Amino acid sequence: MSILINRHTRVVTQGITGKTGQFHTQTSRAYAFGRDCFVAGVNPKKAGETFEGIPIFATVREAKERTGANVSVIYVPPAGAAAAIWEAVEADLDLVICITEGIPVRDMIVVRDRMRKENRRTLLVGPNCPGVITPEEIKIGIMPGHIHKKGRVGVVSRSGTLTYEAVAQLTELGIGQSTAVGIGGDPVNGLKHVDVLRMFNDDPDTDAGIMIGEIGGSDEETAALWVKDHMKKPVVGFIAGVTAPPGKRMGHAGAIISGGKGTAQEKLAVMEACGIKVTRNPAEIGKLLKSVLG
Amino acid sequence: MKIHEYQGKELFRKFGVPVPAGMPCFSVDEAVEAARKLGGALWVVKAQIHAGGRGKGGGVKVARSLEEVRAHAGRLLGMRLVTHQTGPEGQLVRRLLVEEGADIAKEYYVGLVVDRVTQRVCLMVSSEGGVDIEEVAAKTPEKIHKTFVDPQTGLTPEEAAQAARAMGMPEPAVPQTGALLCALYRCFWETDASLAEINPLISTGDGRVLALDAKMNFDDNALFRQPEIAAMRDLDEEDPLEVEASKYDLNYIALEGEIGCMVNGAGLAMATMDTIKLFGGSPANFLDVGGGATTEKVTAAFKIMLANPRVRAILVNIFGGIMKCDTIATGVVTAAREVKLSVPLVVRMKGTNEDLGKKILAESGLAIISADNMAEAAEKVVAAVKAGGAR
Repeated sequence: MSILINRHTRVVTQGITGKTGQFHTQTSRAYAFGRDCFVAGVNPKKAGETFEGIPIFATVREAKERTGANVSVIYVPPAGAAAAIWEAVEADLDLVICITEGIPVRDMIVVRDRMRKENRRTLLVGPNCPGVITPEEIKIGIMPGHIHKKGRVGVVSRSGTLTYEAVAQLTELGIGQSTAVGIGGDPVNGLKHVDVLRMFNDDPDTDAGIMIGEIGGSDEETAALWVKDHMKKPVVGFIAGVTAPPGKRMGHAGAIISGGKGTAQEKLAVMEACGIKVTRNPAEIGKLLKSVLG
Repeated sequence: MKIHEYQGKELFRKFGVPVPAGMPCFSVDEAVEAARKLGGALWVVKAQIHAGGRGKGGGVKVARSLEEVRAHAGRLLGMRLVTHQTGPEGQLVRRLLVEEGADIAKEYYVGLVVDRVTQRVCLMVSSEGGVDIEEVAAKTPEKIHKTFVDPQTGLTPEEAAQAARAMGMPEPAVPQTGALLCALYRCFWETDASLAEINPLISTGDGRVLALDAKMNFDDNALFRQPEIAAMRDLDEEDPLEVEASKYDLNYIALEGEIGCMVNGAGLAMATMDTIKLFGGSPANFLDVGGGATTEKVTAAFKIMLANPRVRAILVNIFGGIMKCDTIATGVVTAAREVKLSVPLVVRMKGTNEDLGKKILAESGLAIISADNMAEAAEKVVAAVKAGGAR
């Protein structure tokens, strides 16, 4: 098993006709069971056409009704991405994975508020994230598939390439992954570390977790406190940005130390106090995880 | 994106947040002329730079005559103002704001930010104005009153009045303070701001409530639909290398150390900086080349890193996913030749087409130090700096 997605997941791609959408649909489709999984695309102007045999529909709802798609991935440009998220939520999909980087925060505040007020059941991963992969089954997003290996370690992270780094270390040590989830680097997003760790805790096929965070906000602290009280499996962690100066935005819109809050030191201290083994050396994340697997 | 105080106050006026009368000035004569036009017998001459802490740094001066306005303006314009936010070299003052003096009865604090936990805009008010609000938050958090605003309704008049009372406004001033807070919220929301801060908000002897300061930051991702805000950008206030980098879609931030780093991805870039520090070195910059690095982009990145005179070695750390290692290697070799690289270069490449990339580096004839993992790369670059002496 795995969390969020598996080989039975059926995916509709919003923004399938753009350059990014096309490229990543091709690589995702070429990965493991991708050919069965990627069943639909959406573009109101190109409804009725196909992309490499994948039918394109005018709306997400129609794509769902016609193909049984239950998960959406979004490559729509920033200005229209929040509306694309809402369209997938309104179509009552199980999960929306928004890859798009650069969505205005105000748009995300509005769409998240609507999701809560209307008690929508659709989960959101991202935006500004690499996506989700269940190795050797399905890859939804922009991560390189070949560095992953099927196994029993769950990975959750706010950053893209740093996740690849950790995953590659695991794979080199012969340790596979159940699912790797990139939750994205934006200040207002969907699933948080704590939500994903909760799923790993409930997943019988996950034995341990890796939590990769970065400066800014307090999501890692929240997750650490939850781990302390509820997590039955070992968790190891790394926080990027020990050297980041306050007040400077380090690439991600959410990666900023402001008002003395959200420093890496503070996060690492809370995580350690909550029983999460941490390392300050990102080259040793894999080894650290190996050390906690009995 | 940041703007100047006087620009923030222009926005405040537009949205109905009361501010003192004032005019931006670019020369001493303009400052004197502004004071004359404003009239009265008391003026404040305020240096306009993007950094905070201007008052403490000596950038805000009270003048009781036009001669004093002239003298203050003369001293401030062209000075390098040093505050706790500018770094030791300070920031050159090119613009002034000349304002009518205000009769301050009491100072308060008002701030709007996006709260990540509730995913709402948070209005923070406090009776402790004019001081460092971070200190208030740390020592006496009960003195900060927070309202999490429903994005559908915006800040309601009831919530605004409640906040006005919570910050200790006397009852007669509550209606106008409430109106001010609602106007400030609209200003924040409609301009896609990421921060709006009034420190201090004041009540005056004659019972008015005014924003004596205005600090606003904006969401860079929303500038495409805020042309009026985008036009307020002042490139003079930004690090010229950061501006240059943004032209190539590179995310560069100058730091104090001596090892230039070029990495793909923000998280990995931070982690690379951390690893350098872990091995006793110090990063000269944060540089995320992003997902689609071309030879042109890599060359620009090298030029930008090397334009920093402190740089004594360079570390390239690439995790090739979508981006292929051979593409990066070709870029690195071309860039190193073009800039006639004179400092040690350590390259760590991992991922797609790794072997091909390493081969390109090895066959280039350049003295490139290769490393297999991040820790080894950091260790080698720190050693290279120690061995290299001065550039």
